[in-house]
Amino acid sequence: MAKIVFTEPGGGRREIDAPVGITLMEAARQNGVQGVVAQCGGACACATCHVYIDASWLARLEPREEMEEGMLEMAWEPRDNSRLSCQVQITADLDGLQVTVPQRQR
Amino acid sequence: MISTILIIGGGQAGAQAIDTLRREGFGGRLVLIGDEAELPYQRPPLSKKYLSGEMTADRLLFRHRAFYDEHRVELKLGIQAVRLDAAARQVELADGEKLSYDRLLLCLGAGSRQLTCPGATLPGVHYLRGLSDVAPIQAAFKPQARVVIVGGGYIGLETAATCRQIGCEVTVLEMADRIMNRVVAPLVSEYFAREHRMHGVNIVCDMRVVRLEGACRVERVVCADGSSHAADLVIVGVGAIATTELASTAGLACDNGIVVDEYCRTSDAAIYAAGDCTNHPSLRFGRRVRLESVDNAFEQAKTAAFNLLDRRVAHDRVPWFWSDQFDNKLLIVGLSQDYDRQVLRGDPASRSFSVCYLKGRELLAVEAVNHSKDYMAARKLIAERALLNPEKLGVSEVSLKDSI
Repeated sequence: MAKIVFTEPGGGRREIDAPVGITLMEAARQNGVQGVVAQCGGACACATCHVYIDASWLARLEPREEMEEGMLEMAWEPRDNSRLSCQVQITADLDGLQVTVPQRQR
Repeated sequence: MISTILIIGGGQAGAQAIDTLRREGFGGRLVLIGDEAELPYQRPPLSKKYLSGEMTADRLLFRHRAFYDEHRVELKLGIQAVRLDAAARQVELADGEKLSYDRLLLCLGAGSRQLTCPGATLPGVHYLRGLSDVAPIQAAFKPQARVVIVGGGYIGLETAATCRQIGCEVTVLEMADRIMNRVVAPLVSEYFAREHRMHGVNIVCDMRVVRLEGACRVERVVCADGSSHAADLVIVGVGAIATTELASTAGLACDNGIVVDEYCRTSDAAIYAAGDCTNHPSLRFGRRVRLESVDNAFEQAKTAAFNLLDRRVAHDRVPWFWSDQFDNKLLIVGLSQDYDRQVLRGDPASRSFSVCYLKGRELLAVEAVNHSKDYMAARKLIAERALLNPEKLGVSEVSLKDSI
């Protein structure tokens, strides 16, 4: 398990114990974290699971692949720390990860 | 006063409607009726990572059970709604229970079109629609198993790729002259046929199946030209039919789907419908459509939820679709009918390209193969009814969003 702390668009804070091996998107969606729409369910086809990763954690994530880069270009207010949460695998190393959900998706 | 909303159908649309209704403040009784026993789950992985065993069932769930408890959703799963009495505003379940409603949302989905040739009901002939269809297919899976897939559409080809990755010997029999002929350009069909063949899938087009043979289970598939394909397992993916029986027997207007308006209202003022089961107007494309897609189920369900609460919101979206086959991602946005010109961007040999459909200078649709940038740009351009410059468009170095 890895504890993930989500900050929802309204400012609400959600702490979730996510099993290692699922994606950040799945952890958010199954627990109903607000603002993570995840329309395509993890196929990297919709850019509606866009999140901001706390900068201090970025280095511990696998880098974005080209498909994700292309998707993020048209996401709502992409930043350097933007990720599609469906492309981030939960690992034990991410215990304590801080994630902020954008005000909107697209 | 709306105190009770019933939702029939626990797929993508049903799950999304629950979410939107509660988030938008509906505090009344909310009941979800579904004939599948599982909590609402996503279907796309069924032909891909779930079929291959890479993904477990709990990862398919939209929400954990706690979500439904917390949001006071009464779940009646694993039971069929057998009768709808629109005049009495009542739904009867298979066990005789009768539920009254103020508003009803039908998310009935679509069912697999059945093969009707002789031998079609032999054991070993499978369809892939729901979670319970997967285990019987997996039971027959083993390396070198001979799998014959009838139908070269999304389901057939995704399943073919998954079976091949497991090590099965795979043949795809397609009736038309090319795979995915109803959904993509010839160039894209060719690309995917090449990819499949490269991975060892035997793709046979212009091939009509006339019968299935076997002593106590299917052993071979026989085609119109007399050819015969040995099979340990047959998977049929020849399209889907909107599920409308509950609606049509209740007197609701149906015509290739339950007829709804842009507010997802059926011909009965208290009944709404969303997803694969609907025949609905596309405002962007100016005609009626029936779409089988995650996107449409999701968006219509959201729209329906607002309108169920008497907030008038029209469904006005550009549809999109995707398919994963081997390491290729096909992304489609828009509807390509009525185009007068196709423009290729990039080179299929580079494994990343797109086909744009224009009517005059207006962009109607894009099929992007391993090209998320063009796809994402197209979603915006098509929605805005942007007029493009066809000369710039054909130059792949100019980004699609700058091809105006």
